[in-house]
Amino acid sequence: MTLESNLARLLREGHFAVTAEVGPPKGASADPLLQKAAALKGYVDAVNVTDCQTAVVRLSSIAAAVHLKAAGLEPVVQMTGRDRNRIAIQSDLLGAYSLGVRNLLCLTGDHQRFGNHPEARGVFDLDSIQMVAMVRRLGDPGEFLCGEPIRGERPRFFVGAVENPFAGPLEMRVRRLEKKIEAGAEFIQTQCVFDLERFRRFMAMVREHGLHRRGRILAGVTPLKSVRMARFMRDQVAGITIPDEVLARLENAADPAAAGVSLCVEQISELRKIEGVAGVHIMAIAWEQIVPEIVRRAGLYPRPAQ
Amino acid sequence: MIVAEAKPFAEVAGMIGGCRRLLVVACAGCTAVCGVGGVRQAGELAAALRIHFRLKGLELETEVTGVTRQCEPEFVGELAEAVARCGAVLSFGCGVGVQFVADRFAGVPVFPALNTRFAGGFTVSGAWEERCRLCGDCQLHLTGGICPLTRCAKGILNGPCGGVQDGRCEVGWDVPCAWMLIHERLAALGRTELLRPIRPPRNWAHTSAGPRRQGVSTDDSGK
Ligand code: SF4
Repeated sequence: MTLESNLARLLREGHFAVTAEVGPPKGASADPLLQKAAALKGYVDAVNVTDCQTAVVRLSSIAAAVHLKAAGLEPVVQMTGRDRNRIAIQSDLLGAYSLGVRNLLCLTGDHQRFGNHPEARGVFDLDSIQMVAMVRRLGDPGEFLCGEPIRGERPRFFVGAVENPFAGPLEMRVRRLEKKIEAGAEFIQTQCVFDLERFRRFMAMVREHGLHRRGRILAGVTPLKSVRMARFMRDQVAGITIPDEVLARLENAADPAAAGVSLCVEQISELRKIEGVAGVHIMAIAWEQIVPEIVRRAGLYPRPAQ
Repeated sequence: MIVAEAKPFAEVAGMIGGCRRLLVVACAGCTAVCGVGGVRQAGELAAALRIHFRLKGLELETEVTGVTRQCEPEFVGELAEAVARCGAVLSFGCGVGVQFVADRFAGVPVFPALNTRFAGGFTVSGAWEERCRLCGDCQLHLTGGICPLTRCAKGILNGPCGGVQDGRCEVGWDVPCAWMLIHERLAALGRTELLRPIRPPRNWAHTSAGPRRQGVSTDDSGK
């Protein structure tokens, strides 16, 4: 069992990190997850496991993370505040740490209204920022949210949060990022970047505030597989903007999927040039097999040793 | 005020099923103001119920009355004679009113005619809208007089989340993002510095066992 997060070490050593995302299956077997994971192995430094994303019931993110770890991948457990109050979150995190999980991504969570149990009561006891602060305190000084000391080993997670540079005024986004970092977020994964122009402006403001030095920023990217998917993401997924020229490139391509991959590779090389971008987070939704090709073509293969 | 809505007719008809005589009690408080619990609505429902049962070959007698506020025992007490005559009550009070009627008349079944929804008011957009979660720890001075616990779909205290688009909430595009409203308002007031500190998790521990209480005759400390 590694004692430290590999992702944390790589970022600290100045490597340009590569993470990817997998969604656990909607059944009680880890096989589908492990199939996806097999494709990613060796191509990414860590793999995010989503926590019932879009509020659809799936195999638990912590259990999935343990499966991934056994398969030789470093997991990043996503934890949302939608389904658990502060007691359940802290308890699950003690358990996750005891099972070898070292990376944690804190999110408020997608609203249950869009999931497969819209009748569920949303918990939202903690928002993402409050969760980050709580988790950092679990590690140091080693106390629960209530102030009681932790007995024995403390969970010292490498704690991350997300930020969406494309939602609302930039200045407000940067201020919220600052709050996340002040709460103790050590790494940040952003919403997928399609609008590089806006992302550059975002990063300029991030640098002005020195936030890139306090938290490692991993820019999100998503390969677009088809025009339909691109339109769906633009029109239906909250917080995603896809500029017209990006869409046009797909529309005019003989092979839109190939164009989507090329676009993604180009985006990564552009993102690498931006000061303060410490890595990329590849969200290839239901298209995990494409990640190796993207990583190779982006010149990010081989990955540094774990 | 308390905002309520009428229950579906079939649900009310179902719950009063076996009753032969029913006292239908309006409330002149909140539920009358929001147009669902006044004497007129009580009378209309009573008539509809009578017809409904008559068509089924059953006889239902109704007596319609009203009180100033069902959430006050003194007013509820005025119903004593009528309740004794009818033996069952259909209340047009909010959930508080229904329970006060039930408390006062222990041996009598009491049915709710309304669904009590929230504490709110009638807004410029022409709808009744929730404005207060009655959380017991008002922070409106920090948020420009806009309650994020109530008006943000996720009750986020350090917002906005990454789903806001064009000032609209990701959970429902017809609703403005509460946190955008807060930002705009504090910006207009020149008080955006209020948004800098991280707001800690809310303290939900103010309940004693069960309902919250206040006042001289009760003890909130639970001792
Ligand atoms: S968009 Fe705004 S109101 Fe809606 S959940 Fe996010 S922060 Fe709350």
